[in-house]
Amino acid sequence: MTRDSEIWRFVFRRLLGTLPLLLGVAVFTFILVRVLPGDPAAYYATGPLATTDKIAQVRTALGLDRPIIEQLVRYFGEIAFGDLGRSLVTGQLVSRDLIDRFPASFELTLVAMILALAISIPLGIVAAIRAGSWIDHAVRFAGTLGVSMPAFVAGILLIFVFYFKLGIAPEPIDRIDPFMLKPPTVTGLMLLDSLIAADFRAFSSAAGRLLLPALTMAVIVIAPLMRMTRASMIAVLSSDFIRTARAAGMNWWTVYVRYGLRNALLPVLTTIGLVVSYQLGANVVVEKVFAWPGVGSYALNSLLATDYAPVQGYVLLMACVYVVINTAIDILYAVIDPRVRVN
Amino acid sequence: MSAELTHLGFADRAGHAVQAVARNPVSAAAFAFMPALLMLAALAPWIIPYDPDATDLDHVLLGPSALHWFGTDQVGRDVFSRVLIASRLDLAIAFAAVLLSFLGGTFVGGAAAFFGGTVDRVVGRATDVLMTFPLFVVAMAMVAALGNSIQSIVLASAVVNLPFFVRLARSEVSILRVQEYVEAARAGGNSNLQILFGFMIPNALPTLTVQVSTGLGWAVLNAASLSFIGLGIRPPTAEWGVMVAEGAANILSGYWWLAIFPGAALTLTVLCFNLLGDGLRDIIDVRTRR
Repeated sequence: MTRDSEIWRFVFRRLLGTLPLLLGVAVFTFILVRVLPGDPAAYYATGPLATTDKIAQVRTALGLDRPIIEQLVRYFGEIAFGDLGRSLVTGQLVSRDLIDRFPASFELTLVAMILALAISIPLGIVAAIRAGSWIDHAVRFAGTLGVSMPAFVAGILLIFVFYFKLGIAPEPIDRIDPFMLKPPTVTGLMLLDSLIAADFRAFSSAAGRLLLPALTMAVIVIAPLMRMTRASMIAVLSSDFIRTARAAGMNWWTVYVRYGLRNALLPVLTTIGLVVSYQLGANVVVEKVFAWPGVGSYALNSLLATDYAPVQGYVLLMACVYVVINTAIDILYAVIDPRVRVN
Repeated sequence: MSAELTHLGFADRAGHAVQAVARNPVSAAAFAFMPALLMLAALAPWIIPYDPDATDLDHVLLGPSALHWFGTDQVGRDVFSRVLIASRLDLAIAFAAVLLSFLGGTFVGGAAAFFGGTVDRVVGRATDVLMTFPLFVVAMAMVAALGNSIQSIVLASAVVNLPFFVRLARSEVSILRVQEYVEAARAGGNSNLQILFGFMIPNALPTLTVQVSTGLGWAVLNAASLSFIGLGIRPPTAEWGVMVAEGAANILSGYWWLAIFPGAALTLTVLCFNLLGDGLRDIIDVRTRR
């Protein structure tokens, strides 16, 4: 069997394995909307003039008078076709709202992850090389401090210092200067769109606004990434091939990065999968602090306005994102390490 | 190795523990600070200089001073008193939540590993999935569904920790299953449940303690984050997350003390639990290594 077909079979099996999770989440959101306070029919039959008759009529129209199993089957049918209902706050289809706002959250999370990796991997390597030294202790303590600080406290602290005190960060609202022309939407990612439009003022404005929220989201995941890099590097550095490389007089880049880091990265990859989902949750908090127009703040505002269709759509979206990321990581694993493919 | 361990007396074990802690000054500080933190919370009603809920419109938004250590808020309440009183609520929520996830997780994980089979595989797979799922989203949805009350915050914070306890109890019990004393207990005529709860869970306790400490930190973070975004505990209740949220509205007017002090209390508490967990892990590692 060729390597490619092996990998595709692996991907297929992994995707099949995530079906129970998606089904479970769908059932969860179904139950959620039914136990949330308030009668959906009363919401849809809007206005103070809604009579009991009218509400009953809407209930029939929405199928809320049908047996619960029938409702569940209908609900599965709806979400299978991407029908997530309508938001009462924005008046738009939930699917439309989510598609509009998802790129903002995606860009934020992606840049945060890149920042976190750029900080934690070098620190983890240094801590591993100097294991037991004061640098090691200092780096580990800083990491624990970061993971102990709630995202909203870190965000507010950053705003206070860099916007209010030092005045070097832009005001913590939105993704780009409101007085600036937005680059035409191509990917929805502000950084990429402004580059495509060759609008460098828009790019720097967007980058400036992205930096603090991304840093906030990076801080909370640096510790686990750094710890895993450190632990994994310590294990690799004590192996024979590193000793041989050292003895052969190879330079530090070859020893620590080309041979050391490459072999130490697999556990770090697993940790990325774990912390991404933590970031997805923290998104809600960070987007609130920085008034970031992503899906997290959308879900939160809807939740506080007792508008539940968007909340349900958001939870489903998060489940799908989660599945995509974890499958991608498993595939990367299989590509890097042939042993994974076999079983 | 393990035979030697059983011959160690309590004094020897305590000696190892002290050594392990003393080697790391940071965890030593956490071990010293934690009782102080709990004492402060317990004695808060008798320590606080002002009534935490009493408004004083003549003294609003005062900066930190000798009179008001952490300043006063927009209605003249003393921030120091509120931060101190809030520790009771935040810690109570965390302890209640971790107790729930500890009991539930140990029971489910322990029983699954003990009886094995299909149930064990399903539990194992489900916890693997849940551990990496964005649990804060689930917690948000739960609080929305259950209503804004302390009970629903406790439940939501318990759910966030549950998969970690299930997994740990499961792996511990599956290791202990093959121990000789379990076989001896069975030969002695103990029932399955007696073996599980009388012999295996008690032996898994040291490892679970580490998780309890880390879990307490998580629970505090989770509860405060929920109330920060406006779910669960509402103003004017003195709670750290609520206080930071209220203070955040004022921080761009320069009234930094409203958000920073409760935020610092929050960070310090979680940090303490995390370092305590690390320290406990070191102790247990020493014991298993010797």
